[in-house]
Amino acid sequence: MESINFKGRDIISIRDFSKKDLLYVLSIAKKIERDSDATLLKNKIIALLFFEPSTRTRLSFGSATKRLGGNTIGFAKADVTSIKKGETLWDTIKMVEQYSDVIVMRHPIEGAARLAAEAASVPVINAGDGSNQHPTQTLLDLYTIQKEKGNLENLNIGFLGDLKYGRTVHSLVIALSHFNANMFFISPNALKMPKHYLEELKKKKIKFTEVQNLSKISKKLDVLYVTRIQKERFPDALEYEKYKNVYRLDKSLLKQSKKDLIIMHPLPRVGEINPELDDTKNAVYFKQAGNGIPIRQALLSLVLGKIK
Amino acid sequence: MKRELTVPAIKEGTVIDHIPSRVTFKVMRILDLKEFNHVVSVVINLKSKAMGKKGIIKVSNRFLTKDEVNKIAILAPHATVNIIKNYEVKEKINVNVPDELDNIIKCSNPNCVTNNEKVKTFFNVVNKSPLQVICHHCERVMETDDIKLI
Repeated sequence: MESINFKGRDIISIRDFSKKDLLYVLSIAKKIERDSDATLLKNKIIALLFFEPSTRTRLSFGSATKRLGGNTIGFAKADVTSIKKGETLWDTIKMVEQYSDVIVMRHPIEGAARLAAEAASVPVINAGDGSNQHPTQTLLDLYTIQKEKGNLENLNIGFLGDLKYGRTVHSLVIALSHFNANMFFISPNALKMPKHYLEELKKKKIKFTEVQNLSKISKKLDVLYVTRIQKERFPDALEYEKYKNVYRLDKSLLKQSKKDLIIMHPLPRVGEINPELDDTKNAVYFKQAGNGIPIRQALLSLVLGKIK
Repeated sequence: MKRELTVPAIKEGTVIDHIPSRVTFKVMRILDLKEFNHVVSVVINLKSKAMGKKGIIKVSNRFLTKDEVNKIAILAPHATVNIIKNYEVKEKINVNVPDELDNIIKCSNPNCVTNNEKVKTFFNVVNKSPLQVICHHCERVMETDDIKLI
């Protein structure tokens, strides 16, 4: 595969990636997973700025850095920083870039990552900006599909749950539109995919179907991407109660689906996937979380120019 | 009966016609005419066969640039802009929505960084008719009804 120079590049939105870019990052992740060099990031300092709580993303960036011999600095809560004293994000970033070689940032405000990238002279990797983008999650989702299914082209992919607010779904839909996926959107009426995403798919001539009931289409699916109904997104607790248990997957799903269906979930899950599915070969959500390591190793190595 | 013009003709300047009546004053704001020293005539609620009600702005002694004209297109995509010299139309400029909107409109997403930090807004135009723009920062897609000027 033709190499692409990522040195110095910011990783902010999946919209910034061409199909070639996506495939290239996945190929580097694969290489690193097979044979990683434990000194690749020696003497490099990665700043992990988590203005909002995160378990998986923060730990996996930390682990990815350390497995390649790099060091991390940072914080996991904004209330220990000068933000509390009224410092602007711009100033925080201008300060942190002096201390680090890459900035990884999660922030509750949408667009914060783009702004940070504009402020910083070192590469910025978006680890989630509010309900907007989480590109490293999307890349690890793609990597999981590619690993499990052998390729990314022409798959029947179902998205289930909160499609209105779920940023992981939105980004993955954009990414998969490069691979001629046939998409199925399964959600209650109140949590449907936003109209402008559907319009974008129509423009790109991507086939999609909206349904409320999974059993109607489950036989067709190669991949089922499940999301949590997010309590924090509902302005009204009563509304949340109405929807929280709409979908609860258990082993009965496997009777009405392809044998090699894979079930994915960005985690954390609450009640939408019964743990009885965990031991089946169809459930890949924990492997998916593990795939965050090679993807983040690949991205850190690429933006630092350590792999070309 | 002799018909009279509601607003007198101008000798030199720009006439912006076919503005949807309700956005006429917003167009005034885009052109920043508050501090302007020459005569500006504004008419709203004129009957129009095509539009129902329309507005007209006549600005004496000022010739709009292409950029200014294109900003008008955000609010009034069917407006016509006539450059007047010596009482005659010397040039007709078709309004055309620009590809990028640099610090002209606000993001409708209250949780966007541009509404929380001191940052200029920037939008890319996804679709010109009907107008659809995407925020460079938070990626919120907005349509004509969500659009508010800074």
